[in-house]
Amino acid sequence: MKRCRESLVAGLLLAGMGAAACASAPVAPPPAAATLKTPPATAPAPPSTPAPAPEPPAAPLFPSTYQRIPAPPTLLRNATVLTAAGDRIEGGSILFADGKIAAVGREVAAPAGAVVVDATGKWVTPGIIDIHSHLGVYASPEVEGLEDGNEATDPVTADVWAEHSVWPQDPQFPLALAGGVTSMEILPGSANLIGGRSVTVKNVPARTAQAMKFPGAPYGLKMACGENPKRVYGAKGRPPSTRMGNIAGDREAWAKAVDYKKKWDYYRDKVKHGEKAEPPSRDIEMETLVGVLNGEIRVQNHCYRADEMAQMIDVAKEFGYKIAAFHHAVESYKIADLLAKEGICSAMWADWWGFKMEALDGIRENIALVEKAGACAIVHSDSADGIQRLNQEAAKAMAAGNRAGIPITREQAIRWITINPAKAMGIDQQTGSLEPGKMADVVLWSGDPFSVYSRTEKVYVDGALLFDRNDPKRQPEMDFSLGMTDAAGGVR
Amino acid sequence: MSAPRNLWAGLSLLASVASIAGVAGLAGLTAAGPVSAATASSGVVAITGAKVYTLGRAGTLDDATVVVENGRIRAVGKGIAIPAGARTIDARGKVVTPGLFDSLTQIGLVEVNAVAGTRDGTEQNDHITAAFDVADALNPRSILIPVNRIEGLTGAVVAPTPGKSLLAGRGAVIHLGGGPDLLVRSPVAMFAVLGEDGARRAGGSRAGAMLLLRSALDDALDYAAHKAAWERAERRPYSLSHLDLEALVPVARGELPLVVAVERASDVEAALRLAKERRLKLILSGAEEGWMVADQIAAAKVPVLLNPMQDLPSNFEKLGATLENAARLHRAGVTLAFMTGDSHNARNLRQGAGNAVAYGLPWDEALKAMTVNPARIWHLENRLGSLEPGKEADLVIWDGDPLELTTGAVQVFIHGVEMPMKSRQTELRDRYKNLGGPLPPAYDKP
Repeated sequence: MKRCRESLVAGLLLAGMGAAACASAPVAPPPAAATLKTPPATAPAPPSTPAPAPEPPAAPLFPSTYQRIPAPPTLLRNATVLTAAGDRIEGGSILFADGKIAAVGREVAAPAGAVVVDATGKWVTPGIIDIHSHLGVYASPEVEGLEDGNEATDPVTADVWAEHSVWPQDPQFPLALAGGVTSMEILPGSANLIGGRSVTVKNVPARTAQAMKFPGAPYGLKMACGENPKRVYGAKGRPPSTRMGNIAGDREAWAKAVDYKKKWDYYRDKVKHGEKAEPPSRDIEMETLVGVLNGEIRVQNHCYRADEMAQMIDVAKEFGYKIAAFHHAVESYKIADLLAKEGICSAMWADWWGFKMEALDGIRENIALVEKAGACAIVHSDSADGIQRLNQEAAKAMAAGNRAGIPITREQAIRWITINPAKAMGIDQQTGSLEPGKMADVVLWSGDPFSVYSRTEKVYVDGALLFDRNDPKRQPEMDFSLGMTDAAGGVR
Repeated sequence: MSAPRNLWAGLSLLASVASIAGVAGLAGLTAAGPVSAATASSGVVAITGAKVYTLGRAGTLDDATVVVENGRIRAVGKGIAIPAGARTIDARGKVVTPGLFDSLTQIGLVEVNAVAGTRDGTEQNDHITAAFDVADALNPRSILIPVNRIEGLTGAVVAPTPGKSLLAGRGAVIHLGGGPDLLVRSPVAMFAVLGEDGARRAGGSRAGAMLLLRSALDDALDYAAHKAAWERAERRPYSLSHLDLEALVPVARGELPLVVAVERASDVEAALRLAKERRLKLILSGAEEGWMVADQIAAAKVPVLLNPMQDLPSNFEKLGATLENAARLHRAGVTLAFMTGDSHNARNLRQGAGNAVAYGLPWDEALKAMTVNPARIWHLENRLGSLEPGKEADLVIWDGDPLELTTGAVQVFIHGVEMPMKSRQTELRDRYKNLGGPLPPAYDKP
């Protein structure tokens, strides 16, 4: 089982598994020279050492080189279409061309030259999106040489970026693709209070991480509450070793970031007014935190317990940043009203519980109760197993709600694994639902995606058929697997 | 809820009454397992109108009746007479199956994985290896039991995980009916690891692990044949303590099954060779690459315990892991039983079964791998695994296809007792389902 699967830390038998908890941290591009309009009231003194530090580059660093794979216009016709925009279209069709969705509806004509797929009896959904993955940073095989998800050497490592750990040849990527996953946020682990930047990728086989990066997706910052940071550092005899130590460590980091931001704001203001000024030294760690303060980087906060979420909300208020989502939010149901009011998403498992104290109160109805409260509900995986079956996880959560008298429709549940994570990741304008103009990230299922018997048949990323269950030529195999699994044949 | 917990406590008392009052002709079947009474209000329950998967000779019956009496199945069939005074449960439109059985868990050995004091599945003392017996640590009041039970799980193998030795110790079969005695069969098997896990414990190599295992078996047989001499210190030194040797004797004699966890195809082959050489009663668990040597496993008539959802090449032992493992093993004629290897979420056993079906295993075989197959593998086929007259009434009424994700258990019976469909999790849910009451949630108690 995966090291990074929090819940299975001690759950698996006869596996002699380690217990390194995985937490994810979002990756964000460096703050793009955000110019502050008003100079801070108290200008911090410029650094005494006039290091010839350049401005943080304005252009994206490690820029995405992702290019969609050219594909002919494609029409999937006569399917049950869950758009994730609220609709369910029986006998529906979807047309996409040039990587974009052109039309969705009952009557859609195929242009000349289009590939037409008869989807009678089948279902179509947006590509599945996992907001919490460690693919590439905790790859398979789980060997020391590939363990790159936790920079557990300091409780605050805002300077690390998950994309610099991503191994594009991780054989787990194609398995996730076979599960319908077209985009994912890859996070650093949860050993640290502030684990670093996450990266959002398109789930396309590529030679470089840059070639997977979702064009224009904002970065995230991985933060972690609770047991993991205090355990990891407490065991090393250094702070934090308690929850109050966790919060203190967070506040200290943010206070530094506010200070750093002031220095740059002051400098830029001087420059703007034609005055001579020495630029402050660049601090890679602070650049990421300032990106959060500037609203460019989205905080993805690993946090199990309801009371800790409430504390983190107040930390965010103190320093003026916003939390996009609480991840592993096992207790969201206890404060669903607060989360709705604050506009914070909850990324949750369908049924993981009990693997540690902060997961003890996990219940199957968590996701349905968050939905019922009008808050943003997301089903996430944190697992190379779970990412292959997010539709099944959503199905279990939906069923649990329905049995408990919390009515959840398929039209709602599909949003938990598509448009809702897209919103929390800041890519909902580009993908996450089947609407004209959006990226043609589309899954054709053999049947109801909430049935255990249904499998993906075709998975399209930006309109390109990257997985076809009936065509081995459209089933990618990573370099690592080549020659090792030949005997397995086809899809695993 | 306090009521159900009180009921668990009461079960033991009822059980003794029941075994006295039990059907005389069936008394031999009670064996060592606990036998509970039917509900106090009525000795006889008739479940009517359901689609019943008997897993027995009667096959699958539509609109059938199941009569439960004194903890056992009294009758199953279409149009059978409902005994006078029986309480009837209308199960039209529903499905009845035997209770589900997970062939590898640590239920009762762990509450919170990360809290060491609640964890009893592994012994690190290298003088207690084969002798380690999970029965001595079982907690019948574990909160995991109701959580799994209300989702249709009625029985499980509880197995130790290896500590310092590749011999993990002895496991047991439990029922999930609560009460002070969960044991159905104990010990049920010896558990060991080969492959990477075995090699690491042996000193670094798979070859070392095989040698250690062989020498332990040799020592056990020698010890058994020369106990008196051993007591007089007139035998050569043994590789294990006498407690461990005692525990290994029935394994070495081929009486107690040896469950070996292996993943790589070559490790499966090594285990098969050892079993043949030493005439062991071998059961494989894991066997992610088992399909590569399926014919050999089938020829050796060795059953396989597996989790059908294991498809990651997460180490060099399972580069060939595939969701089609179950289907391919079945096609080769291997007897399968499903396991989760989990405890808190052993309830997801049937999700694995559904996935196995999605990847080619016949539906009936998937259900068998959670009912009648484990009953046979664990030598409980006279008591459990199918709905046939005389068998213990462990059964589930489902609101649909039991392998389907959206299906739930409506009612679970264990030993004929209607189990309260409540757990700590349903209590939490009910407490927080409607926020905003006049008092804090802490006052909202069942």
